[in-house]
Amino acid sequence: MTAYSAEQWEAGYRRRRAMNRLMTGVMVLATAMAVIPLFLILFYLIRNGIGGINLDLFTQDPNRPGRVGGGVKSALMGSGIMVGLAVAMGVPVAVGCGVFLAEFGQNRAGLVMRFLVDVLAGIPSITVGLFVYGLIVLPQKQFTAFAGAVALAIIFVPIVARITEEMVLLVPRSLREAAYALGAPRWKTVLRVILPTAVPGIVTGVMLALSRIAGEAAPLLFTALGNQFSSTDVFHAMDALPLRIFVYATGPYDYWHEQAWAMSLILVGIILAISLIVRTLFGTRVTVRQ
Amino acid sequence: MTEVPASTQPADAPPAAPWLTRESAAPVAEVARRVSIRVEDLSAWYGAKLAITGISMDIYQNSVTALIGPSGCGKSTYIRCLNRMHEFAPNARIRGKVLLDGADIYEPGVDPARVRQRVGMVFQKPNPFPTMSIAENVAAGLRFMGIRSRGEINDRVEASLKLAALWDEVKDDLKKPGMALSGGQQQRLCIARAIAVEPEVILMDEPCSALDPVATLKIEDLMRGLAERYTIVIVTHNMQQAARVSDYTAFLLMGEDGAGHVIEYRTTGEMFTAPQDKRTEDYITGRFG
Repeated sequence: MTAYSAEQWEAGYRRRRAMNRLMTGVMVLATAMAVIPLFLILFYLIRNGIGGINLDLFTQDPNRPGRVGGGVKSALMGSGIMVGLAVAMGVPVAVGCGVFLAEFGQNRAGLVMRFLVDVLAGIPSITVGLFVYGLIVLPQKQFTAFAGAVALAIIFVPIVARITEEMVLLVPRSLREAAYALGAPRWKTVLRVILPTAVPGIVTGVMLALSRIAGEAAPLLFTALGNQFSSTDVFHAMDALPLRIFVYATGPYDYWHEQAWAMSLILVGIILAISLIVRTLFGTRVTVRQ
Repeated sequence: MTEVPASTQPADAPPAAPWLTRESAAPVAEVARRVSIRVEDLSAWYGAKLAITGISMDIYQNSVTALIGPSGCGKSTYIRCLNRMHEFAPNARIRGKVLLDGADIYEPGVDPARVRQRVGMVFQKPNPFPTMSIAENVAAGLRFMGIRSRGEINDRVEASLKLAALWDEVKDDLKKPGMALSGGQQQRLCIARAIAVEPEVILMDEPCSALDPVATLKIEDLMRGLAERYTIVIVTHNMQQAARVSDYTAFLLMGEDGAGHVIEYRTTGEMFTAPQDKRTEDYITGRFG
């Protein structure tokens, strides 16, 4: 054992304290760099987009190109319909898949399945669009909102499936045992105890994935195509916010640019609102008391 | 290992030491002893690891049987073999027989879910279902069984909560979440949930170890009352608790083979006043464990 003098100890302590401060500073800086883009985006969106927001934007369809005014009702409606349809199609599949992975996935088959789901989640969204174009649009010889919704659902499913799996695995073993000890068969245990306990987490996942697909333009480019007019017919072309943002932002007219900023602001606003609602509804309840 | 078959136990237990007696205790010898569960040469494994071995004992109806022993001696593994909960552990397996009312619960073709309806369980930590209200928690087992009738469910919820000595505390709050109760109340809720499906046996795996002393006493009182209707097996690491609540006590200890054995099994009075095995005596006098 080496005996340390008071001076040596004091010097070592000062060095450690300095290092501690340095490292804390580095991490604060890194955190700041991670969130600065968010604030910049919000700042630009509000500065450039707020001016374009008016009642017409929500109640009017786009004017013919070049004629100032009009709105983007067609895009708002279209996005709502297609995202809603995608979520309706995707949730049963994704939740079923996630429950399967959690309940029966602790083996080689599960490992393969999980890997495939992860690969699907990693496929570029433009590729998904192309796939659906070949699968639905070409045989039907028709751009349809349905095809767009299918493309969005394909992006939606793997995200929600993996979150569902995580949430089901987070349900404490003790609850599963309690159900088994009451004579519940496995399927009833999953349906009546495990899933209800995991629901807050699953809803959070659904909302996250919904935000993701609401902002996707690529899978809709050659599936839903876009439409000048409000439409509720899912078997014809339909407009969507990201599509219209793309067209307007790259178009020649100033009022298009202003409306593109306004639509971006609306899109981000919706996503932010969803996050906040989920947070306040479920944020504190996701944790299950042990 | 010296397991003591029930037949060799002296019929009349010597009087227990004063600090061990409880007023409610019926003299064990006077009760007609009917076997509820007969365990024959039971061994259990986790994968390749032998956890308990060579256990044979009779568990008597309408009595409280305590399993005591130091940590890691296989008490919990043993009790989980009595309602086929052991098999949920990865690669778990057993050998031997567990006869419930004379029929082996491990016989091929026996539905483990049905076994668990007849042999209920209360766990170490209270584990009410967090998404369910107090009433729904008690009714959960009934719903698993497919009982739909509102009237029948309500009657049995009330009866079970009364048996679990919780009714007076919660009768106005049946719609509140089960998690809103205190720890001791939650554990009594779990007991009510277990008795709602009208089991024959209730297994309790250290039911008081997460509770404060007042709540513990309430559960112990409850156990004595429940023994009039059910057969109760309780794992406890608390010897005073075993002495206070049980009619019979089994002492388990890890042998040199690394697996738990039953060293001694007899009436609680004898066990704590005149243990036959040196190791039992060492344990209950606090020399180890």
